[in-house]
Amino acid sequence: MADLIVSLQDVTVAFDGEIVLDRVSLDIQNGEFITLLGPSGCGKTTTLRILGGFVEPQAGTVTFDGRSMKGVPPHKRQVSTIFQRYALFPHLNVYDNIAFGLRVRKTPEAELCERVEQVLNMVNLRGFEKRRIQALSGGQQQRVAIARALVTRPKMLLLDEPLAALDLKLRKDMQVELKNIQKSLGITFVFVTHDQEEALSMSDRVVVMNDGRIQQIGTPQDVYNEPQNAFVADFIGESNIIDGVMLRDGLCRFAGRDFECVDGGFDREQPVDVVIRPEDVKVGAPEAGMLSGLVTGSTFKGVHYEVIVDVNGFKWMVQTTACITVGEHIGLTVGPEDIHVMRKSEYSGLFGDYSTFSDEMDRLSDPAFSAEEAAAAKGGDGDDD
Amino acid sequence: MTNPRALRQKLVAAPYLVWAAVFIVVPLAMVAYYAFTDPAGNFTLSNFHEIAGFSHTFILSIWLGLLSTIICLLISYPLAYLITRCSPKTQRLLMVLVMLPMWINLLLRTYALMKLLEDTGFINELLSLLHLPPVHLINTEGAVVAGMVYNFIPYMILPIYNVMTRIETPVLEASRDLGCNGFQTFRRVVFPLSIPGIVSGVTMVFVPSVSTFYISSKLGGSITLVGDIIEYTFNSEANYNTGATMSLILMGMILLCMLVMNQFTGGDEEAILV
Ligand SMILES: Nc1ncnc2c1ncn2[C@@H]1O[C@H](COP(=O)(O)OP(=O)(O)OP(=O)(O)O)[C@@H](O)[C@H]1O
Ligand SMILES: [Mg+2]
Repeated sequence: MADLIVSLQDVTVAFDGEIVLDRVSLDIQNGEFITLLGPSGCGKTTTLRILGGFVEPQAGTVTFDGRSMKGVPPHKRQVSTIFQRYALFPHLNVYDNIAFGLRVRKTPEAELCERVEQVLNMVNLRGFEKRRIQALSGGQQQRVAIARALVTRPKMLLLDEPLAALDLKLRKDMQVELKNIQKSLGITFVFVTHDQEEALSMSDRVVVMNDGRIQQIGTPQDVYNEPQNAFVADFIGESNIIDGVMLRDGLCRFAGRDFECVDGGFDREQPVDVVIRPEDVKVGAPEAGMLSGLVTGSTFKGVHYEVIVDVNGFKWMVQTTACITVGEHIGLTVGPEDIHVMRKSEYSGLFGDYSTFSDEMDRLSDPAFSAEEAAAAKGGDGDDD
Repeated sequence: MTNPRALRQKLVAAPYLVWAAVFIVVPLAMVAYYAFTDPAGNFTLSNFHEIAGFSHTFILSIWLGLLSTIICLLISYPLAYLITRCSPKTQRLLMVLVMLPMWINLLLRTYALMKLLEDTGFINELLSLLHLPPVHLINTEGAVVAGMVYNFIPYMILPIYNVMTRIETPVLEASRDLGCNGFQTFRRVVFPLSIPGIVSGVTMVFVPSVSTFYISSKLGGSITLVGDIIEYTFNSEANYNTGATMSLILMGMILLCMLVMNQFTGGDEEAILV
């Protein structure tokens, strides 16, 4: 686990003068499942294409097993790619698609047959050998793409949003399958997604990207519990991000009062961003809470209610299993370990206030909108991006 | 079958069916009728015996048609491939250039070629200006093939270009990713995927080349092809029976060629319609 397989150092890419990757540095360990996570257009595919050899960076170095990859074309790299839309060969059947990489390598026919059968088993596609690609479902095409990439036994597999086109149920199944394949083969997976849940549940490490820059690298727990800036806090899960001041180690002031916390290492009186996850806020009677406010929105989510509370003009999102209705006054309590303090960044003030939350926007723009409809719509569409 | 939707579809197709019957089925039936009758209208096979005398014409027609088709293919395939490699803007410009000659009347184009190839034509004038010996070009088989290639080459470039642009970039990248260099990618992916275009291009050049009469009579001098004879028997001799028989045999041969060609596409591709 400890040895490095790929190292990107200060890699910069520009298309037509527009910077797409800005001094990206990333070390990938042999055998790990690492995920590039970020919104559309942040440079995930471009990063993957650098590893595959399809994009040559303008600046910076890429090393693979200690050797520089400068000028090494894709066909001479020991990596395989699963493309965003599979890119299967339309003129070949399932078997020949999978055998493609081995035929190029002039693998003897007996060994070829055995290895193709082996990966077909792995992706549960036995009996589909003679099928035409056009006669396969999306999930099956996906499996062929995985088998085709694995059969050449690459040292590293690059996966560009491989599950994006599948429906939710199939996506969950494939997540488990991919993870199992990665574990059993022990090869490095570099996985791209813009679905944070997928990233958190599958990865050993997550690389959060935005605007061509890496925002944070860490384990799923790290990026969720200890986000480095407001962008990461907002992109991964729901967050209340409040303007605050660090009074001293273990004491922080926000929302008009002082809170005990567990973070430290800041200057005295240093302005900070404070992150509090909606599930960490405890709801109670107004006089019992550390803060109190008026409920302006409440949406039933199945396991819990998602409640918007106006506390002195700042709207918090809290999650609670108690049934709370709009117009109620409630109190909020947060424990010291539920408060996460971050340094100010360029993203400060851009995220984390729920006053422009979509439910309210809908209601403002649609006069005939009722609260019941809001709840029904919210619960029905799964609200999944 | 009697639901209103199916009925409406039939009604929509009706004008086309009438058109097809009047302009395709009836003429075909008439060709067949003339081929199997004598001028008095009695059934006979003598037309076919008569045609045996023209077997060398058939062979020459097919040979020249084949030659021009092969030349067209050899020029068009690399050309189409190079065009797909250009930027979208350049591609559009080049395709307009490819199709430009098709906007000019076939007769005009053939006359222009005649003026180029004549003994006192443009090429020989140029040679004499350079004090080089003249070459005899017009009224040779070479001139006929040149005329066919010149006139029909857009019909080869177009379908090949079409299938090539439909090959998605990620598919080519997948091939490189799996270990193919540029040439191997061409051989294993680009070429197999462009076969339907080749088949339709070959058909669209071979068929008019084999049956042309104008090109051979203007550029070939004494060289006569099947098309010339069909034209002559109908127009000058008013011998519908011989002409119809030749047409029938020509059609049969073309059909045979197309069936053979379609074997290459597995039959289910839109080979002829690209
Ligand atoms: N070949 C190219 N030419 C010009 N611009 C490009 C090219 N490829 C990517 N870009 C630009 O680079 C930026 C990053 O693109 P990239 O494909 O890496 O994003 P992404 O993170 O994969 O997004 P998505 O989630 O939508 O796939 C985008 O703004 C895109 O428009
Ligand atoms: Mg992408």
